Amino acid sequence: MTVGTLLEVEDLTVWLATRNGPRKAVDGLSFRVDAGEVFGIAGESGSGKTMTAMALLGLLPHAARTGGRAVFEGRDLLAMRPRELRDVRGRSIAMVSQDPSTSLHPMLSIETQVTEHMRHHLGIGRSEARGRAVELLSTVRIPDPERALKAHPAQFSGGMRQRIAIAVALACEPRLLLADEPTTALDVTVQAGILRLLDRLRRERDLAVVVITHDLGVMSAVADRICVMYGGRTAEIGPRETVLTHPRHPYTRGLLDALPHPEGGAATLRPIPGSPPSLGGVPEGCPFHPRCAFAVDSCRAERPDPAPVGSGHRVACPPDPLGGTA
Amino acid sequence: MTTGSRTPWRQPLALVGAAFVVLWVLVAVLAPVLAPYGPLDQIADKLLEPSAQHLFGTDQLGRDVLSRVIYGAQVSLPLAFLLVALSAVIGSVVGAVAGFFGGWVDGTLMRLADLVFAFPGIILAMAVAAALGPELRNAVLAVVVVSWPSYARLVRGLVMSARNSEYVAAGRLLGSSSVRTMIVDLRPNVAGPVLVMAALDVGNAVLLLSGLSFLGLGAQPPMAEWGSMVVSGMDYFDLWWLWLYPGLSILTVVLAFNFVGDTLRDALDPRTARAIRG
Amino acid sequence: MSVLLEATGVAVEYHRQGAAPLRAVDHADLTLARGEILGLVGESGCGKSTLGRAVVGLQRTAAGEIRFDGRPVAPLGLRRRPAGMRGLQMVFQDPYASLNPRRLVGDQVGDGYLLGGTTKAEARRRAGELLERVGLPADAVRRYPHEFSGGQRQRIAIARTLAAEPSCIIADEPISALDASAQASVANLLVELVRELDMGMVFISHDLSVVRQIADRTAVMYLGRVVEVGPTRQVWSEPAHPYTKALISAVPRADGGGVLPVELPGDVPDPSRPPGGCRFHPRCPVALPSCAENDPPLTILRDGRSAACVLAK
Ligand SMILES: Nc1ncnc2c1ncn2[C@@H]1O[C@H](COP(=O)(O)OP(=O)(O)OP(=O)(O)O)[C@@H](O)[C@H]1O
Ligand SMILES: Nc1ncnc2c1ncn2[C@@H]1O[C@H](COP(=O)(O)OP(=O)(O)O)[C@@H](O)[C@H]1O
Ligand code: SF4
Ligand code: SF4
Ligand SMILES: [Mg+2]
Ligand SMILES: [Mg+2]
Repeated sequence: MTVGTLLEVEDLTVWLATRNGPRKAVDGLSFRVDAGEVFGIAGESGSGKTMTAMALLGLLPHAARTGGRAVFEGRDLLAMRPRELRDVRGRSIAMVSQDPSTSLHPMLSIETQVTEHMRHHLGIGRSEARGRAVELLSTVRIPDPERALKAHPAQFSGGMRQRIAIAVALACEPRLLLADEPTTALDVTVQAGILRLLDRLRRERDLAVVVITHDLGVMSAVADRICVMYGGRTAEIGPRETVLTHPRHPYTRGLLDALPHPEGGAATLRPIPGSPPSLGGVPEGCPFHPRCAFAVDSCRAERPDPAPVGSGHRVACPPDPLGGTA
Repeated sequence: MTTGSRTPWRQPLALVGAAFVVLWVLVAVLAPVLAPYGPLDQIADKLLEPSAQHLFGTDQLGRDVLSRVIYGAQVSLPLAFLLVALSAVIGSVVGAVAGFFGGWVDGTLMRLADLVFAFPGIILAMAVAAALGPELRNAVLAVVVVSWPSYARLVRGLVMSARNSEYVAAGRLLGSSSVRTMIVDLRPNVAGPVLVMAALDVGNAVLLLSGLSFLGLGAQPPMAEWGSMVVSGMDYFDLWWLWLYPGLSILTVVLAFNFVGDTLRDALDPRTARAIRG
Repeated sequence: MSVLLEATGVAVEYHRQGAAPLRAVDHADLTLARGEILGLVGESGCGKSTLGRAVVGLQRTAAGEIRFDGRPVAPLGLRRRPAGMRGLQMVFQDPYASLNPRRLVGDQVGDGYLLGGTTKAEARRRAGELLERVGLPADAVRRYPHEFSGGQRQRIAIARTLAAEPSCIIADEPISALDASAQASVANLLVELVRELDMGMVFISHDLSVVRQIADRTAVMYLGRVVEVGPTRQVWSEPAHPYTKALISAVPRADGGGVLPVELPGDVPDPSRPPGGCRFHPRCPVALPSCAENDPPLTILRDGRSAACVLAK
């Protein structure tokens, strides 16, 4: 382990139960997250991003199995008993999901929701918890926090609700925040606010954040390092700037090319042909080969593992067709 | 693969249900051929135990129970079908009109439906029987009066949600009139659930008619009707063949239509039709 | 270019029980020419869909006028739409809700032909052609919507409108519910069709970068009103309205630069109680004291641009 490494995931595999037996939703994923770092996981829907987060939190659907290790502060999350895991989940690892209206209880006051975990996990009294809740709400920039405590989620807009959900997640001062598509449901103007908030939290609180999103623009704004997933596997992992400006995996390249060009210009968009594989339908060899313009025979036969191509940069594409392009 | 509607029938309960429905319909149609004797013929000694001569025994008037059970299908099934068809048609039309036009039309029709619905069926049947005489036809009428509102509610809900749907909006934009929209776009969404409800209801109707006869409000002796056969059989409780066979007939018809209704529900939904196969 | 669609001073009110009517669209203006793509952007709840639905006649207007091909658009009643209005079609956001789950795809796509007076067999045949045109296998006619992915369903919905031979399509967030790769290909299809068939299209979206890529002109809506319109390139390079500026700087770029987007503080106000004066003034970073009093109208600037702000020149 490197100094400051908070979470080290090694060979994480998640099997989900399907009608045709167990199928891999996540297949041999490895990455590490340092304290105070924002780590991004990108990929199309169905690539296994959410299942990765759920595996770390022990919240996988019924009858799912995991393999590999996920060492958080010296202990393997995947080997923990449910009780221990619940404790870690409440205190050290917190989660923010895409839809703030489902993560907040509609009938409970904001005060109850923010202070509940604090009182339970930190064993502090009502008035102290309240004081902290006010502080938290002002940290996430909710105007008039005293009054907001009395209110219910329905009284806030989507962006405000997501801020409150973040406040709830931060209540026990977690070391790691898992944010699954935290801004996907929000307007760009509101998204900008949430991204800034996440960035501030990691600087001020040394909070590590795993941001899961399909939006490479969001990645580019907040992430320090990025893992691009495809078919449950790592396609490419590396520092933000390297991955987004000099991608070495054809899938990353394709995702970037499919984006509207920042300067307008070209009249049409350039989608990646085909569609992502479904659970259990991941092809042999390189999972991306049916859609890859550079596929060669070996791609259809051998399943590539991410191999280092530069400092902290690993790519699962042995033919390396983009290696020469700078 | 286009509809997948055949595949759910492979499930065992569905098969058994369908087999019994077919069986009973055949029995009703072929009663004169199948029955060894006429339903009212007093051809033997009274209260004979089942034997090779009289498979289901004979009743207190010396009639062949098997023949009466067979002819009973001719009474119960057509009436049940008629009753359900009437309720379904009346209810669907009322529900469709209420759901499609909304506003005061909806308000008025649904208040009426609520009013009728709140009325216990048996009590209404008693009232009708008191007014028009205890006759099977009147019992049917009474049941229709209380059972259409369930269809009206079902159809109204379906029409309302479909009416505000975007696919109906899209159809209207293409130039479809509201009547055509109702027929083309809403019908397939409504027909399935109504058919399912109706299939489930046939069983209930048989039960209800038998129940009314049981209470003396429906079929009157000597008619070979299952419900009234059970009642008169109950007077001789030890002589099990008198009430058991008509009772079993009611039971199998009710269960068979329930299985078929449940299967139809799955078969008519293009989404589940495929899932069942896998 | 000839004006295909023109909306002036359109207002739409939703009537809610026990509350004042909510003016979701308040005095909005739009024009669209043949062969043109107009992007309509704005925050959630600003009235984009409502305006789009009003324009095709799915929503009754409280004020203002909408003309398509020179004729006024009347709200849809119980009767069938006048034949002349069939050229004005809409593609909806949710391809799961906009196709009838219990009708064959071919029947739904063929509807447009059937209602235009062709025979059943002919409608079926041409539906197959349309489905191929939008990139689906011909046997799609005999399948049900649930057998298709979101992107494919949206293609089906697009094919359905094409059967009416439209000259104008209102596309309400047609790609928002789709996966990234499907988004690009469906957007491409729409652009291609508009160019090929010389239609006009209003492309409603909250994704500014897509609008920037495909729209000839962009209209920006705020709280029920169009606050800026102009050629896309100019609107992006030098936005005239402070709200447009804020929207644009909030879009994060995937350039690996690690630049945080600029935040527009405050929330969209409740449309049932819009602020007095300029509707944007409580959030406007450059508001003048007079902005709390005076409500600036959408004013023509130059080069086909308009904006509703006292500072816009
Ligand atoms: N049927 C309705 N009844 C009452 N209010 C409504 C109704 N539909 C929309 N509204 C309100 O009208 C306003 C405009 O809504 P509209 O759906 O047009 O917004 P939009 O710009 O399309 O937003 P989005 O980006 O979320 O689709 C909102 O305040 C909304 O809450
Ligand atoms: N509860 C579940 N049961 C079975 N399969 C699931 C479940 N949730 C997700 N999956 C499947 O697992 C794969 C990965 O899903 P997910 O991690 O949610 O993807 P992402 O978050 O990247 O969109 C997908 O093929 C998805 O269909
Ligand atoms: S391994 Fe082969 S198929 Fe896979 S991305 Fe690289 S070149 Fe393409
Ligand atoms: S009129 Fe005033 S408040 Fe409104 S946008 Fe312009 S400067 Fe801002
Ligand atoms: Mg997900
Ligand atoms: Mg909308």
